[in-house]
Amino acid sequence: MNAIRKNVIQPIIDLWSLIVGLKVTGKYFCQRHVTVHYPRKIIPAELTDTFAGHIELIPSAKDPTIPKCISCMMCATNCPSNCIKVLKQKAPKVSPEQEKEWAEAEARGEKVKRPKAPKNPAKFSYDYSLCSLCGTCIENCPVSSLRFSHDIYIVATDRKELTMDLLARLARQAEAQAGKPADRAPGVLEQAAEAGQEASAKEA
Amino acid sequence: MKIPIELIRIVVALVAVMAWVGLNALLLVYCERKYAGHIQRRPGPFEVGPHGIIQPLIDGLKLMAKQLLMPDGADAILFWLAPILSMIPVLLLFLCIPYSPLLTGWEVNLGLLLILAFAGLNVLALLLAGWGSNNKWGLLGAARAVSQSVAYEIPLLLAVLAIAFQTGTLNLTEIVNGQGSWPWQWNIIVQPLAFLIYFTSILGETNRAPFDLPEAESELTAGFHTEYSSMGFGLFFMAEYANMVVVCSVATVLFLGGWKGPFFDGWWWFLAKTYVLLFVMIWLRWTYPRVRFDQLLNINWKWLLPLAVANLLGTAFLMKVFA
Amino acid sequence: MTRYPNMEQVTGDFYTQNFEKGAREGSLILNMGPQHPSTHGVLRIILELDGEYILRCDPVLGYLHRMHEKMGESKTYRGFIPNMGRVDYGCPLPWNWAFVGAVEKLAGIEVPERAEYIRVITTEMNRITSHLLWWGAYILDLGAFTPIMYAFDEREWLLDLLQTPTGSRLTYSSFRVGGVGHDIDDKFIEGLKAFIPYFRSRLPMYKDLVTDNIILRKRVEDIGPMPLDMCRRYGATGPVIRGSGLAYDIRRAEPYGIYDRFDFEIPTQDTCCCMGRYKVRLAEFEQSLRILEQAVDQIPDGPIIMDKAPKPSWKPPKGEVYFAVEGARGKTSVYLVSDGTKSPYRVKLRAPGFSNLSLFAEAAQGTLLADAVAILGSLDLIIPEIDR
Repeated sequence: MNAIRKNVIQPIIDLWSLIVGLKVTGKYFCQRHVTVHYPRKIIPAELTDTFAGHIELIPSAKDPTIPKCISCMMCATNCPSNCIKVLKQKAPKVSPEQEKEWAEAEARGEKVKRPKAPKNPAKFSYDYSLCSLCGTCIENCPVSSLRFSHDIYIVATDRKELTMDLLARLARQAEAQAGKPADRAPGVLEQAAEAGQEASAKEA
Repeated sequence: MKIPIELIRIVVALVAVMAWVGLNALLLVYCERKYAGHIQRRPGPFEVGPHGIIQPLIDGLKLMAKQLLMPDGADAILFWLAPILSMIPVLLLFLCIPYSPLLTGWEVNLGLLLILAFAGLNVLALLLAGWGSNNKWGLLGAARAVSQSVAYEIPLLLAVLAIAFQTGTLNLTEIVNGQGSWPWQWNIIVQPLAFLIYFTSILGETNRAPFDLPEAESELTAGFHTEYSSMGFGLFFMAEYANMVVVCSVATVLFLGGWKGPFFDGWWWFLAKTYVLLFVMIWLRWTYPRVRFDQLLNINWKWLLPLAVANLLGTAFLMKVFA
Repeated sequence: MTRYPNMEQVTGDFYTQNFEKGAREGSLILNMGPQHPSTHGVLRIILELDGEYILRCDPVLGYLHRMHEKMGESKTYRGFIPNMGRVDYGCPLPWNWAFVGAVEKLAGIEVPERAEYIRVITTEMNRITSHLLWWGAYILDLGAFTPIMYAFDEREWLLDLLQTPTGSRLTYSSFRVGGVGHDIDDKFIEGLKAFIPYFRSRLPMYKDLVTDNIILRKRVEDIGPMPLDMCRRYGATGPVIRGSGLAYDIRRAEPYGIYDRFDFEIPTQDTCCCMGRYKVRLAEFEQSLRILEQAVDQIPDGPIIMDKAPKPSWKPPKGEVYFAVEGARGKTSVYLVSDGTKSPYRVKLRAPGFSNLSLFAEAAQGTLLADAVAILGSLDLIIPEIDR
């Protein structure tokens, strides 16, 4: 009797679980999608705001095209992946006459103000293909001139495109903020974002 | 010289069937992907054409544009014969399916027998594909395909035989004519057990999940068609979908009243019922895990076969008593 | 055959040559992997088959060896943390914790209270995401396509939340020596409080769709028996040994951080089969949710990293240290030797997946090919962790 219950009746009762499974998938078949239709709609900005993308420079308070950076090289030397390269600016060239004049003045015991190299970097290049986004550079920057960007849509078809000139990027950002015409037309993404916002406004 | 009218009819029907098979494959691939997408709470194909409707067509074109590859050491004749052999019998199967009294390619008295006989040929194609491609995964898939198809053909036949007993004919048109227009006049009411056995067996017969063992991708990578590229794979793919349509059409004829339906009889009822059955097959595939091979055979030999035999004997007994 | 005249002599690589045919005639040697859908990466298993029955099998490792241990010897202590995010992509935060914990133990560093809570919260969330990934992938191995999509529904929500304290969605490296890198805000806490009841309400669906399904039960019940003594012989940990009936969890056995403050249970199953391991992982969802609830209620205000946290050029004292934490796959630990310079002298990573994989060859013997897939999946392997 036990054998019959175990081998005949129990399997037939267990078949009910197959119906239950069909009910679950059938229920979800009728429900709304949970995915975001990427090129038409994009995820809300609150989700991209917490995302740590590639690093970017923070502009100084005076001039939005010049970073706070003082070319101290802390980021470049501490980077575990060696993906940051910073070039310091050189001091302006001095003509020999001027140099002579200063030397004479110094010999007279006067204090001479020699021109110093500007502190902000001449070049700040960054290789995103090497970066592991560990944040060491950001934590060690003495003047807080670096931060993570929130750009999740970055794509490249070539490895070279991932080597970025962060100073040029900063200049582009400043331009865009000042309301000047950007050097490129609005991409598909911005249009999609606008369309999505309009659509959601309509829905609301 | 006079060309017999029957020959012209068959040629026209064959051409129509080819177009119908192609159309059905495209439609079913699209439906399958859309159903799967909606079950998984995503849109499915969406980019090519409105709601992705041309996606399967583009996929087919892509398949045709691919290179035909043959592995080293494969048996060239068997390797190329297999996809053709899997496709040709399926075309024949469509000939004798009665979509409506007028829309029947070839009215055969032994239509049911013809369908069951040619459907058995598909196994040979899978065996040749697995054996000929000189691949161990393919071989395992072929071995699975053969033992599975051979096993599942028996309860399938027995279930169909119960209907044949009851109606006393093997002609598909007459089987439909024996049923009425309303659902309670269909054979499924009289033979519910036979319908369940038939439906379970066709899942095994057409290698659909949860019985898709010959091509179980998480175990055998792709089973018997591991080594096929381009339209070699495409033909297997089309044959699988065409087979699904055939078995569901036969189920419609045998159990669901064929072209007959409430209010207006006609081919639309036939198509609607077939596609409902296909939808259930797709629904099952995207819900269940795959069974293990020994369990698959156990289901057949220990459950379906005794049930089918009992059903057949019961039918015969009742026929004898009440006839 | 004409294209390779010497094909008869070519009999495969080192491993296939050393995997001699058994005594039985007519057996088939089959390479499962390195590219196979159900080895989850580039694991390779050589099988000797009789029909579909496995006579013998031998896992071959090393296709994803990335020299994390050797890299540790040339990187600074700060510079090695990103590596820990990449050892195990499914559950990287326990690895983070194991490394920074070892360094803290070596240097005797006290971690601020708030940082400890953030570590617990993020690690438990990471455990849930890892188990969700495993759940979906395991059912995928067994042939059902849909559950992984439902699992990713919840997983995406958690990843959105985890983005706040870690900044990334997959390879987290947010722990620092002496604290954590990013703080959590009220929005995160609110999101987590909303997630916990939602996830609880989804768990019955998992049971209906998968756990109770008769096909799945027949596939995993009494398959791949791993008795307790076998687990002990191979050093299995985590859900594998808990599925064999031993309540061994580092969070209780060798409490670290602030785990002794929380009230949670250690789920065990004594069936020793794939179903046991499956049920242990599903029960761990509930326990992780319990820890999260308590941690979210108790979390204090304060700094998230110690004062004067170690700079990249920081040098710890000389010495050797061992530190273990409980990862999603088992005992995750780091053995560190410091010679007092900027970078470690030696870093040894003890990966739970490596020990768990060792059980496979013995458990899979005599089973069917499909069972081997079920057993392999139930061990929850992450290949980069095994090869390190």
